[in-house]
Amino acid sequence: MDFLHILLYIQIGLSVFCLYRIIRGPSIADRMVGIDIFGILVVGICAILAVVTGRTFLIDIGIAWVILSFIGTLTLAKYISGKKLNE
Amino acid sequence: MVSTILIAIGVLFNLFGCIGLIRLPDVYNRLQSATKTVTLGTWSILIGVLVRYGFIDIGVKALITIPILFFVATVGAHALVRGSYIFGIPLGKKSVKDDYKEQNK
Repeated sequence: MDFLHILLYIQIGLSVFCLYRIIRGPSIADRMVGIDIFGILVVGICAILAVVTGRTFLIDIGIAWVILSFIGTLTLAKYISGKKLNE
Repeated sequence: MVSTILIAIGVLFNLFGCIGLIRLPDVYNRLQSATKTVTLGTWSILIGVLVRYGFIDIGVKALITIPILFFVATVGAHALVRGSYIFGIPLGKKSVKDDYKEQNK
């Protein structure tokens, strides 16, 4: 087993921490923090996976994922601060 | 070899950030720890990809991802903190000072 494979499995296993915070979090804001951090971790998973497999398109998936995660985080922040989405 | 070391440093920073996400007592502390550290770790992983492949398509795409990631993570974290403060999430028991409340009086 290569060293990069071990790093890839560690990086995938880190998302379990985020899932713990999403499931266990006492309030809604804790769950949103977990979702936000999970969206950033997936970019790292895509980058290491692109190095391991040699496929180029996985970096594109990372870019699209980080932008969609940003839109989702802003929408949830607007939602819990009690405002409409167009103000 | 250099790229493997950079990727290992990035995974280590991500590990520290996720430990902070589990261990810290408060929403604000968790978000501060996790956002900064995980952003720096992912930055290091992407720099490692750039060093490994050079300036061909995959390396340039990794280079483009870095400024997008910085803007997205910081703006998203600020919006989350402000939203959860307005929603009324209390500070942790060991917090001693609340500057935002004093400023908005």
